[in-house]
Amino acid sequence: MPEVNMSVNLAGMTMKNPIVVASGTFGFGREYGEFFDLSELGGICAKGLTLHRREGNPAPRIAETPMGILNSVGLQNPGVDAFIEEELPFLRQYDVKVIANISGNTPEEYGIMCEKLAGAGVDMIEVNISCPNVKAGGLAYGTRPELAAEVTKMAKSHAGNVPVMVKLSPNVTDVTEIARAVEDAGADALSLINTLRGMRIDINTDRPVLKMNTGGLSGPAVLPVAVRMVWEVANAVKIPILGMGGVAKGEDAAQLMLAGATAVAVGTSLFADPYAAIKVRDGLEAIAACKGLANVSDLTGGVKPW
Amino acid sequence: MKVERKCRIVEKTQVGDAIYMVLEAGDMVRTGFKAPGQFVHIKCGEGLLLRRPISVCTCGMADPEDLISIVFEVRGEGTQWIAARQVGDELDVLGLAGNGFDIRPDGRYLLVGGGIGIPPMLGCAQFVGGKCTAVLGGRSAEKIILKDLFEDVCDKVLVATDDGSMGHHGFVDALVRQELEQDKNYDGVLACGPKPMLRNVAKVAQEFGVPCLVSMEERMGCGVGACLVCACDMADGSRKHVCKNGPVFDAGEVDWNA
Repeated sequence: MPEVNMSVNLAGMTMKNPIVVASGTFGFGREYGEFFDLSELGGICAKGLTLHRREGNPAPRIAETPMGILNSVGLQNPGVDAFIEEELPFLRQYDVKVIANISGNTPEEYGIMCEKLAGAGVDMIEVNISCPNVKAGGLAYGTRPELAAEVTKMAKSHAGNVPVMVKLSPNVTDVTEIARAVEDAGADALSLINTLRGMRIDINTDRPVLKMNTGGLSGPAVLPVAVRMVWEVANAVKIPILGMGGVAKGEDAAQLMLAGATAVAVGTSLFADPYAAIKVRDGLEAIAACKGLANVSDLTGGVKPW
Repeated sequence: MKVERKCRIVEKTQVGDAIYMVLEAGDMVRTGFKAPGQFVHIKCGEGLLLRRPISVCTCGMADPEDLISIVFEVRGEGTQWIAARQVGDELDVLGLAGNGFDIRPDGRYLLVGGGIGIPPMLGCAQFVGGKCTAVLGGRSAEKIILKDLFEDVCDKVLVATDDGSMGHHGFVDALVRQELEQDKNYDGVLACGPKPMLRNVAKVAQEFGVPCLVSMEERMGCGVGACLVCACDMADGSRKHVCKNGPVFDAGEVDWNA
């Protein structure tokens, strides 16, 4: 089969392949780095950061659901300074793009974190306005266009030359409305989807499995929702999209790219298979080769709707 | 180092309500053994996304392949799937995961296992060899598993059952108290079992000033420390992770009121 050029350009950031690992599923890379060379990946979205250390929510924080999982971690992280001092140097040993993911309680906190991370030299900043598991900020910013725009502007004005990607929530009536607001506010890229709010109840105890009662759904169950939303957003904006949601194999990644994604993130699948991201990359390459494409990027937006 | 590989089931027997399996594990023990009390993270077919963490009972480096024994009860869909596998079938196993009991081979320990927490204590007993006392507890006599194997490798084996159907009628912490009163030469208390049991054992050990290590359980995701779901509340207000920082913790570190 002919060689496929796997490199992609996401808002000025060139990656050797379109496969990224999703924030919150990969820590800061150390654990899965025991299984494979992190340089095999296109990019790593690091575990979500906040200005100050957070211990997250009480356990249980995970529940298994039909072809999915619910989580309610609640942004446990060591804080942005500890990331810059202790984790970023580790990630920098690898030939892989480092995307820092941030959540703030106020627009000002997003600004402070962007300044610190841009100064530390990350390759991209993913602005999380869609975490369903925290009370302040989080999801609230992701469900109201004017707040999403405000946070985006604040991030952009403090990120210097580092591209800003805004992570969108699927827990909205019209995702394109938020997408347009964020694009107009200056975002360089969009990532979607974050998790869908869900709940599981233990019928023996009548208690929700999660200590927080509800959590965020991810895994193969959400793939069709992700494909639909990426498709809708791709038709509504001009900025590039990092697509994610339930990707477990090459075909899933190809669907998201055909729907309009420039690159694709793998997350929950890693828990079952530490090598899932590598297998998705290889599967995607085989699909592109099979289609006779010279560049994997030729898949992007190639869907032929009826 | 941790590896993920296919492991063939070479032995499978019923012990009480639990299932005992021996797995051929390639070089998993040679490359991943830190201490007794680690766990393996087992994939449960294609329909279930999450692996199930199961404590290693005993393990050893062997030729041609390392051997790992596990003992588990059917608690839900995942363990049901594993229980349905037969000798000759292969399991997708990630391991050896977590940190075990940080103990010395020449130490003398009081080993406390409750119910399905009994099996990992056998690995501790073998690691030390001959000098330990085991206290095994359960709801009733049929929950006291592997007793003969403990008798082979321990100085003394004591039993407590909630219903009095075997040994002391009551909980294991009464026997732990009795032992620590009579014998001041234990280097530590090691325990695995339900959280209320661990809390009571830790309290007794603390009273006697004996170091105590406990193996904790929590619903788990990745099993390697990346997803952060298996949080364990610590006395200092922080949350550590059972899969990476544990499953074995110093009892003094744990917030027993959480």
